Amino acid sequence: MLMCRIKMQNQLGMHARPAAMISKIARTAHREVWIGDGNNRADASSVIDILSMGLTRGKEVLLEVEHKDDIKVLESIRELIEKGFGEDIDRKGIRGGH
Amino acid sequence: MAESEFREIRLQGISGSPGICIGKAYIVDREGVDIIKRYSISENHVKHEINRFKGAVKKAKDAHSKIIEAFNDDLSSQLNILETHLALFKDKMLYGRTLEIIEKDRVNAEWALRKVSRQVKAMFKKVVDPYLQSRVSDIIQVSEQVMRFLVGAEDVRISDINKRVILVADDLSPADASQIQLERIKGFVTDRGGRDSHTGIIAKSLHIPSVLGIGNATTCVNNDDILIVDGSTGIIIINPDEDTLFKYEERKLRYEEYKALLARESHRPAVTRDGRQFALMANIELVEEIVSVKDNAADGVGLFRTEFFYLNLKRFPSEEELFERYKEVAELMTPNCVTIRTLDINGDKVLPYSVSAEEANPALGLRAVRFCLKRTDLFITQIKAILRAAAFGRVKLLIPMVSCLEEMLEVKKIISKAVLELEEEEKIFNKNIPLGVMIEVPSAVIMAEELGKEVDFFSIGTNDLIQYSLAIDRRNRQVAHLYQPLNPAVLRMIKSVMTAAEKTGVHVVICGEMAGDPVNIPVLMGLGLKEFSMNSGAIPVIKQVIRQLDSRETRSMVEKILTKHSVAEITEIVEEKYRDILPVKENEENHKIAEL
Repeated sequence: MLMCRIKMQNQLGMHARPAAMISKIARTAHREVWIGDGNNRADASSVIDILSMGLTRGKEVLLEVEHKDDIKVLESIRELIEKGFGEDIDRKGIRGGH
Repeated sequence: MAESEFREIRLQGISGSPGICIGKAYIVDREGVDIIKRYSISENHVKHEINRFKGAVKKAKDAHSKIIEAFNDDLSSQLNILETHLALFKDKMLYGRTLEIIEKDRVNAEWALRKVSRQVKAMFKKVVDPYLQSRVSDIIQVSEQVMRFLVGAEDVRISDINKRVILVADDLSPADASQIQLERIKGFVTDRGGRDSHTGIIAKSLHIPSVLGIGNATTCVNNDDILIVDGSTGIIIINPDEDTLFKYEERKLRYEEYKALLARESHRPAVTRDGRQFALMANIELVEEIVSVKDNAADGVGLFRTEFFYLNLKRFPSEEELFERYKEVAELMTPNCVTIRTLDINGDKVLPYSVSAEEANPALGLRAVRFCLKRTDLFITQIKAILRAAAFGRVKLLIPMVSCLEEMLEVKKIISKAVLELEEEEKIFNKNIPLGVMIEVPSAVIMAEELGKEVDFFSIGTNDLIQYSLAIDRRNRQVAHLYQPLNPAVLRMIKSVMTAAEKTGVHVVICGEMAGDPVNIPVLMGLGLKEFSMNSGAIPVIKQVIRQLDSRETRSMVEKILTKHSVAEITEIVEEKYRDILPVKENEENHKIAEL
């Protein structure tokens, strides 16, 4: 199993659009991809499961992949989070919601 | 229940707008998805049930794509929404689990889906962040869309109705109302809403018979039932027998004759017996209403509500789009004036998926000028469009919901900024337009003199003023009867606004529903009001009343009224004094029609 930690960057946190972006990538993986906060973890291929984690800005996220070939998946998701999903990192954008 | 289907049922509601219509019912059902039946599926039907669910998901997905395609916003955010929601439709937690439950529990797809969406709701309970928690609504929305296709209750699009019907709905939103094509709708009935609720205002502006606040119309009426809607008495009759039908057909004819009589006289000016002329203007929300404004010979548009265009677009309109609209109204109304009121809602509600936090009390929340001062970019766009339209007609600018002086000063700064920008852009515009403030918050009444020094006119918005002063939610049926225009507190407030206006030399217009009810006219006249703005349909009736009044008499009556302490006493004085002048009240209107 491979894992990495990263902080949520974007102002709005893990809302539907970022979750959809992640799940899209996770669905290309060989095996399960998990996204968690240290206590609980969600199936990263499910938008709903990701959303239900309530990951707000600044929270540390734990990403896990079960298959070693899924390192690319892990890396792309990490990068997405790091770049704040291409959203405003400082300001609350009006369209940021979706 | 075949027997009772043909029995005549009478339901009492609140009169929305007068008139009688007879026709077939058309139920606008959005909440049909609430009642979900549970039944077992035999093993060899599981596959069928699964396919049924998959089919519903597909239909919902397709329908959803179509809706999103209709927003011609910038492409990237459109694709984002599309992708997000499409992902939700097939999400494991919703789609996968529902399929699992159908198979495992051998229950119908509706029940399985409901079970799953409840689980999802529960999952979100532990999310602390309110914004993220509210995302659960995206999921609920998606599952409800699927549910609609499962139970066959497709979302009704009012604009698609292609026969002459009577709408029966839980409530009509402004967006619904703007979709109504008048040649298709004979009248409407709603479960919720009171006389002065937004639905009520819409009803009056559409000039079609309507009854509101029935409570259970959507459950008592079936599609295609024959309905009589008596908007004058607030009664609806379901499946009337022949006698009743005959009686109402006759009443309907008489009522139409009575309306025609009023209309014929409406083009004469509103001059009192003692020779004083009054301005009767119209409240509008749609450009299309100008026709009715002209038919009823209004002396201008006293209130042009601008929210509907935003709500209908489901995005923020551009300056050009707003300008085109405002220009059209200004030109059509020339030489009469048009008072354009800036956005009077929480603008974020415009967006298809609201990004603003849910407000517990929207009426007391971030709306109107408060919202505009927060989103000055949107505000300046609207003001620029209004100033540009002002070059093509007589336009006035009106600011709603002002509750303190600072807000007005802030607004003026933004207007100056808009002027500056327009000058830089070398656009044609008119900056010398009258600026007005809505007096509709009690604090604005108290500060009226200070506000008066900053503006050219006051517009008393009685609907909100009464609502905020008496702490009555007009939409709440339990307290709607306490919404009293002739409440002594309300009259004293109007009096004090008039005094402040006199001191500061500003004009006063009254633009709430109060101005459209004949019984209030002698009182408002006596309080010194000279300009009234109302739904255009009320103008002919109000004109008739004004022509029979003597303004000096009304003044002395008001002096007397202002010493009274109860609505009952005040109403009695007015009704006693003007018994012969006032048209009979709505619930007595039928008798009057019968006598005609």
